[in-house]
Amino acid sequence: MPWENKEIMTQTLPDQMAEIRDEFLAVDEKSRLQLLLEFSMELPDLPARYADHPDLLERVVECQSPVFIFVEVDEQGVHLHATAPRESPTTRGFASILAQAVDGLSADEVLAIPSDFPQMLGLGRAVSPLRLNGMNGMLQRMKRQLAARAAV
Amino acid sequence: MPIETDPSPAFAEYAHPERLVTTEWLEQRLGAPGLVVVESDEDVLLYEIGHIPGAVKIDWHTDLNDPVLRDYIDGAAFAALLSGRGISRDDTVVIYGDKNNWWAAYALWVFTLFGHSDVRLLDGGRDKWIAEGRPITTDATTRPAVDYPVVERDDATIRAYKEDVLAHLGKPLIDVRSPEEYSGERTTAPAYPEESALRAGHIPTAQSVPWSRAVAENGTFRPLSELDAIYRDGAGLNDGDEVVAYCRIGERSSHTWFVLRHLLGFENVRNYDGSWTEWGSAVRVPIAIGSEPGELPR
Repeated sequence: MPWENKEIMTQTLPDQMAEIRDEFLAVDEKSRLQLLLEFSMELPDLPARYADHPDLLERVVECQSPVFIFVEVDEQGVHLHATAPRESPTTRGFASILAQAVDGLSADEVLAIPSDFPQMLGLGRAVSPLRLNGMNGMLQRMKRQLAARAAV
Repeated sequence: MPIETDPSPAFAEYAHPERLVTTEWLEQRLGAPGLVVVESDEDVLLYEIGHIPGAVKIDWHTDLNDPVLRDYIDGAAFAALLSGRGISRDDTVVIYGDKNNWWAAYALWVFTLFGHSDVRLLDGGRDKWIAEGRPITTDATTRPAVDYPVVERDDATIRAYKEDVLAHLGKPLIDVRSPEEYSGERTTAPAYPEESALRAGHIPTAQSVPWSRAVAENGTFRPLSELDAIYRDGAGLNDGDEVVAYCRIGERSSHTWFVLRHLLGFENVRNYDGSWTEWGSAVRVPIAIGSEPGELPR
């Protein structure tokens, strides 16, 4: 299948991202959807300190449902915070995957994440490529926020 | 045997009241033999976080679209899909979904391409069902597989290809997208940038009637008199007209197709599923820009 070709599978990813990828690729397509659902349920609520700051949150317009993200960098590295309605489990799942994938990485490591990471998870057929674009949008916006911050 | 229709007075004036059911009607009949409830959503996981008890899931992207050809699945694949979901050819199918039944209407339209005769929409869709506190479950639905016959898809009656639309120019066209997409200010719907086209605008002479105008505040379809005001008085449709509706990828226009065909009773309505993602990127087809329908190309 094109979205699982060897070339992208051997691309270097930070260990924690490779683990998530392998977790998806280890199971069949139906189970991948189930796994995405589990990720969606793991998406934590926005930290209270950001709940009152909608100005900090960036809307990911590539997603079909309202999802907002905010990237935080502290001594432990990068943290991605996201909020999306409960009725948008797919979008929540995408955000949760990315949040877990980047948590604690350095800004440089996050900026080096391949843009097609969402396509490495073997979700193309179970979710549809069109829907997967939402995760690409999230990843790009996260990187842009980090790059903008580094440039200050 | 088809299930009796919903006698709700809310539907009585529509041309085909048998195509709608109320949430109340459906709840009273859950589990009835010969009735299958189908959920069809934009979000591919929404069904999994809770659905009407006994409902099966049919997803537009992963079930109804051919993965290779930009087309719907063929008769054999449709037969396999419905057989696997336990839907028989003579079952009454009630479809509901998120987003005011966009995808439910889309699924209903695809069922109609295959001539499934008794297929209905749940008025108000998933949101109304949940808002009313009606039962929802995460229990998996298991229906015994059946043998749905292989029926050839009929693309001639309710579906328009790009070439059909070119030949149709001069007859009524309804553009159901947002005013910004119609005028050409943007090539995509505000929240759907991935469904883009190379050019922005609309098909020349198309009337702009955003799909949502057919829907009341509570998510149900507007009464007939209001629909008449919108589509006949507003968009100038007359009895006997041949009409083509389009949007971006054909799902919102399925919703309008349902309104024109089943609620207003226009006999000859086709959905152009290629819609703006095809027309706005196709070579050698005319477009119009701005908020006016525009002239036919000479």
